[in-house]
Amino acid sequence: MVNDPTLNLLVGKISDILDTTIEKNVREPIRFLVNWGRLYSLWPVHLETACCSIEFGAASGPRHDIERFGMLEAFGSLRQCDVLVVQGTVTRKMAPRMKWVYEQMPEPKWVIAMGACAISGGLYMDSYNVLQGVDKIVPVDVYIPGCPPRPETLIQGIIELQNKIRKSKV
Amino acid sequence: MSAKFATENQLAKSLKDQFKNKIKEEYVESNRIKISTSPENLKNLAIAVKELGFEQVMSQGGTDYPENNVYRIEYHIICVSKKKLRSIIFSIMTEIPKDKPEIETLIDVFPSAEFHEQETFENFGITFIGHPRMERLLLPEDWNDIPPLRKDYILPGRG
Amino acid sequence: MQNAGMNIEDKGGDKLVLHVGPQHPGSGHFRLIITVDGDYIVGAKPDPGYVHRGAEKMAEYRDYIQNIPHLERPVIIDATGVTLPYVLAAEKIIDVEAPERAQYIRMIMAELNRVISHLYWLGIYGIFLGHSTMFMWPMGDRELFIDLAESIGGTRVTFSYVVPGGVRNDMPTHFKERALKTFDYFEKRIEEYKKIFFNNPIMTARTESIGIMSQADAIKLGITGSNLRAAGIDSDTRKDEPYCLYDRVDFEIPTRKEGDSYARCIVRLEELQQSMNIIKQVLDLIEPGPIKQVIGGVMRGEPGEAFVRTEAARGTMFYHIVSNGEKYPYRVKISVPSFRNLIGMTHLLVGSKLADMPAIYWSLDYWPVEADR
Ligand code: SF4
Repeated sequence: MVNDPTLNLLVGKISDILDTTIEKNVREPIRFLVNWGRLYSLWPVHLETACCSIEFGAASGPRHDIERFGMLEAFGSLRQCDVLVVQGTVTRKMAPRMKWVYEQMPEPKWVIAMGACAISGGLYMDSYNVLQGVDKIVPVDVYIPGCPPRPETLIQGIIELQNKIRKSKV
Repeated sequence: MSAKFATENQLAKSLKDQFKNKIKEEYVESNRIKISTSPENLKNLAIAVKELGFEQVMSQGGTDYPENNVYRIEYHIICVSKKKLRSIIFSIMTEIPKDKPEIETLIDVFPSAEFHEQETFENFGITFIGHPRMERLLLPEDWNDIPPLRKDYILPGRG
Repeated sequence: MQNAGMNIEDKGGDKLVLHVGPQHPGSGHFRLIITVDGDYIVGAKPDPGYVHRGAEKMAEYRDYIQNIPHLERPVIIDATGVTLPYVLAAEKIIDVEAPERAQYIRMIMAELNRVISHLYWLGIYGIFLGHSTMFMWPMGDRELFIDLAESIGGTRVTFSYVVPGGVRNDMPTHFKERALKTFDYFEKRIEEYKKIFFNNPIMTARTESIGIMSQADAIKLGITGSNLRAAGIDSDTRKDEPYCLYDRVDFEIPTRKEGDSYARCIVRLEELQQSMNIIKQVLDLIEPGPIKQVIGGVMRGEPGEAFVRTEAARGTMFYHIVSNGEKYPYRVKISVPSFRNLIGMTHLLVGSKLADMPAIYWSLDYWPVEADR
């Protein structure tokens, strides 16, 4: 019953709903609804890669409380996560693991590069063991500068990501 | 020898009596004692230092001196339980030739040196004979360059 | 590196090898390879190095001032604690001494950082034991101390505030009133922490008699910091070999005899109070005066070496700087407390139950970034 998209347009598998909407040519409201659902329930992967993670921790604390903005707590299994926040330096040892984590996340998925290290190596631009920018191995959607970014900056980055999701096609 | 560093001087002297000219006193100053010896004698010296009451290796590191073609290995040993010795850092050092970077491990004397020696191994390529795990600790598994803390390793982009 | 080294091994019999981390809500940037036999851990092998950024090598390519920011990054929760010994060692090499007021401000910052770091630890420990209130409370109260530190250092966490010759800038006016107000509030909070967490039967059941580190083992394995003090040894570099002006203030070293996870928690909780006591005394002692000895030109060290150790939040932080008279240091060796406590973790985990792993792991306050440098 529930999976029968003709009965209720909003209950069931997303792919079925989409097929129906394409058939019936009611794409725009559905796109809005799907994106709206996605952008306020972002599950981040708990992948601490370096020191920026403490500002991520502070951002989930009571003063900044990123849950207000629809970023949930980072306790889920990565099979149910949809945003990978790369919290700082990715070393040569961590890089294959991070790619692995990214590959295991289900679609749709987004990546936030947090901190100067994740963007370009930052302070560690001449270190022998640091990947100079995570966009070399995973596609990045939002870059958050800072070393470490203040929690407010992180929140700004999340809002940017939500804007991006809001505009995205389904 | 001033009376100021009485404890330090006394410690250094007792080792000197024991080892005669096998050891060399690098310096004795307030709260710091540094004694050098030959690589073969390092273990005996460490045992003697332990008998003086020092308990744990706080730090162990190497330094590369390409001009002299040696690596210098130092152990910084401290005591935590005896009030009198607590303020002192006792350093013992030795120099080993770069062509044969091998030395006997001290982990049977000071078990706390285990990870430190492993780190020196990967950073300089110095083998500690008798150490149960002479393998990589911090560097990536696929590291195939020369050990990074040697002076002939130049950082990428700084060549 | 097909599977990035992550494979499940079957050791035969009932034994199984598990990999905890590096992507795991409880491990951080660190992997622990444990062998379990049923419920019990029979082998533990740490695999650090996921945040190894080569700070020691990089320090050879930067001068004494440029080195401060990147040497601070390994422990940005305890930024002053990690840069202070470096600066003290650099001062010995460059041969300058900071004025008295600067020494006092350094102590204030170091103690504020200790509180900030311990509160972060407490928040995460709360999560580890499934107590989310204990995440929210310390994280919230930590912000007050961050505000205090920010008003002196200028940023939230990475101050780079202590420089050779003194400190970067002076304390703001009215710092004393603000600080005392915060401490008054926080002292009341500590009582509430005790009520909801430290005297909570669930918390005590999960941590008491878990992960016992005997005094002899702690000495033998080179354990440091609060973990050592929880095993009954009142060793603290601030008293053993006073640096800055710690010999002018009066404080206690909290110790416990038991050496279990609970003892380590209580020791840290009591250290919060001691840190605040130190700051209060310093605020009474501090006099107006210069805050920096200006060093003209490029800082060049005399040939020679310096060893300095200080008490950072996690234990004794040790720097060994060798200079050959050049602009750049010849060798910087950092010995960090987390790295030394790692061996203790292996020792404690073997023989305990798998379910006790989180309670033991984080009670050691192991910070992987610091250990890897
Ligand atoms: S950007 Fe700065 S704070 Fe963030 S991981 Fe890099 S060094 Fe650490």
